[in-house]
Amino acid sequence: MSEALVFHFDVDGDNFTSAGQASVQVKKDLRQLGLPTDIIRRISIAMYEGEINMVIHANGGTADVLVYEDAIEIILEDHGPGIADIDKAMQEGYSTASDTIRSLGFGAGMGLPNMKRYTDSMDIKTKLGVGTTITMRIELA
Amino acid sequence: MKITTIRDLLNAEVYCNEENLGRHVYSACGSDMMSDVLAYVKDQAVLLTGLMNQQVIRTAEMMDMVCVVFVRSKKPSPDMIDLAEETGIVVMATDKTMYEACGILYSSGLIKERKANV
Repeated sequence: MSEALVFHFDVDGDNFTSAGQASVQVKKDLRQLGLPTDIIRRISIAMYEGEINMVIHANGGTADVLVYEDAIEIILEDHGPGIADIDKAMQEGYSTASDTIRSLGFGAGMGLPNMKRYTDSMDIKTKLGVGTTITMRIELA
Repeated sequence: MKITTIRDLLNAEVYCNEENLGRHVYSACGSDMMSDVLAYVKDQAVLLTGLMNQQVIRTAEMMDMVCVVFVRSKKPSPDMIDLAEETGIVVMATDKTMYEACGILYSSGLIKERKANV
């Protein structure tokens, strides 16, 4: 595999208003690379959901988008509380988000399911009290 | 349906990107939960919502939506309008309720075409 083009972002966990800025930037960067619209949309939605998750559950983290010739990888890493039950978290409608988050339009329990839906593969590594790393891949071929 | 038609049907006030009022939309969705909006891919869509924060604009941008309608007489804040201006998304507000606004658009021919999940 040839060397990837990497976009790196720090996701600020204290600021719900700015959540999503990295995804907006990624969308712009990928447009400049000339990727197809539907691929860009899938990547930006998956990353946006991940970014929101990092802000509301994990006090922020980092996001890296790796552009390979044949695929895009999104790696989201946080040092939050970890996910206690991944199977439950993957169920549509299941959420541990607070009412405050719900009043902001998120916490419907669709974040992780949406991330899986829009990507070709998703791997979650999580440890309680240590953090979570999610790697998503979208094939370009 | 043209965005101007939506404005007229909903008697809405437009806040930014008037130059895009001539664009066509083919589907719409009404929700206050952004993750529900993000669950379905649609082309050239309108988002109707009663939620008021910048994430509404970002959600619409991620979905390549072209118009956001705020219902129930809620007015977008200046920072929301600033954010929308950069994206080309037409932002408008109507005094109609969500139910009423969706019903008017639906019965006027803006019928959702919900694509299967990707």
